[in-house]
Amino acid sequence: MSDELWILGIHMTKFGKHPDLDLVDLAGRAALAALADGGVAMADMQVLAAGNLLGGAGSIGQQVQKQIGQTGIPVYNVQNACATGATALRTVCMAIKAGEADMGLAVGVEKLSGAGLLGARPRTEQEGPWQRSGRFGAVAPIDGFIGTETMAGVFAQVGMEYGHRYGGTDFELFARISEKNHAHSTLNPLAAYSKRMSLEQIMNDVMIAYPNTRPMCSANCDGAAAAVVVSGAKLRTLDPDQRRRAVRIRASVLTSDPWQEACQVLPDVNTLTRNAATRAYEQAGVGPEDLDLVELHDCFATAELVHYDNLMLCERGGAVDFFNSGATWRDGRMPVNVSGGLQSKGHPIAATGIANVWEVATHLRDEAGPRQIEGARIGLAHVIGLGSACGVHILEKAA
Amino acid sequence: MADQIPFVDYLVLGDEPHLVARECAGCGARYFDRRIACAACGTRDFSPVPVARTGEVRAFTIVTFAAPGVPVPFVAALVDCDGTSVRGNLVGVPPDPGHVHLGMKVALTTYVAGTDGTGVDAVNYGFAPVEA
Repeated sequence: MSDELWILGIHMTKFGKHPDLDLVDLAGRAALAALADGGVAMADMQVLAAGNLLGGAGSIGQQVQKQIGQTGIPVYNVQNACATGATALRTVCMAIKAGEADMGLAVGVEKLSGAGLLGARPRTEQEGPWQRSGRFGAVAPIDGFIGTETMAGVFAQVGMEYGHRYGGTDFELFARISEKNHAHSTLNPLAAYSKRMSLEQIMNDVMIAYPNTRPMCSANCDGAAAAVVVSGAKLRTLDPDQRRRAVRIRASVLTSDPWQEACQVLPDVNTLTRNAATRAYEQAGVGPEDLDLVELHDCFATAELVHYDNLMLCERGGAVDFFNSGATWRDGRMPVNVSGGLQSKGHPIAATGIANVWEVATHLRDEAGPRQIEGARIGLAHVIGLGSACGVHILEKAA
Repeated sequence: MADQIPFVDYLVLGDEPHLVARECAGCGARYFDRRIACAACGTRDFSPVPVARTGEVRAFTIVTFAAPGVPVPFVAALVDCDGTSVRGNLVGVPPDPGHVHLGMKVALTTYVAGTDGTGVDAVNYGFAPVEA
């Protein structure tokens, strides 16, 4: 048993529209590419964790096995909102940590092209007598009558609450965060959208839930990502080329939201992220100042701001000044979402928590091409799913 | 006047409509849904407590894109009612960022949200601006 975890192989498909590929095609391709990237095969895997959130795929792990290798290993099909991919990765990490496996595969896949507004269900007319249902004893679905269930609206309030607490936020500030991520995406050939957008274009686009306009919302698209994780002991038996490209997982953390006043009224995405980050920095033995790049869960422009603070990239309450300093642009002192983030790279939900790790790992391997962050040694990948679940992985370049 | 029922079971109608929270006997945590136990401390005893009718807007969004059948635009907000956070729509105010702002003082109000086939009104709550 080893206490070290390494990524041996990792892959993300092009994010975007894949009309001719179904969930199994996308996941299977990502898995095979991750295995090839690591120089290993399905026969070497001792555990598989697979995630798909909205596709109704059921046992996606076994369906993938039936296409690329039914070796009889245990399969864990996981769902954890937008942290599903990170949860699959974390599941494999736990199996290796527990000594039950020394190599395993994690895969996440989603098809969301044209999915429209997430979180919203059509309202129907009330005909018969009112009947109470649900845990609020409501006579009709409360969406639109008592607040909003749309993701854009929930995360808009998350950003606005930060603004209320600390000040300094306005529509333009949030739009400028989106401007940064769209600018970053122009260097990412795997992004669903890689078009630079001006601040004016972003602010004048269709308003979804103030202050989030359409380009400030994560892009629904298709995609998959997969990773092969190996124990340190096993890695030492592999070829020098495999060892050279391996990326060390210095921290792998998953949290849920601890009770806080208001957390069942407006989801609290802050406390569990701060808890995950705190634990991850402890595990890794590094601090935020040691990070060379961060991929964080910018599902909406309003969310990116609060996570600067939650991940302790800035002082508490200092996210606005931190962003205004230019720190989070790719040429700043703490590049955030150089992939383009969920707003332009796209957010095929269950793939996201592995795709973020792929982005960081690719920089640590010095293989990110034109968007390479020079000399990157340590990076952090963060996702959060409402409900809530937060995954944080800290990665380090091989020595 | 038609029969009226509250839209949710934590809204009490009458001369002074107000919300009622379920307060944990162990730690004072407040909830609006049907409970099994307290998520903060595990206590299983709750008692109903009235929630302050006035509050301050701690967060809001103006929803302009919603599910089919949900009328837009509307203002969804998180209102701090004297220490108890409440989710609700802002009503009686134009749904634009020129008229809605963080820290705005509001008070609970009610309106008929719909009438069923038997003529019964479902009365919902919202929060309307009050003069500072």
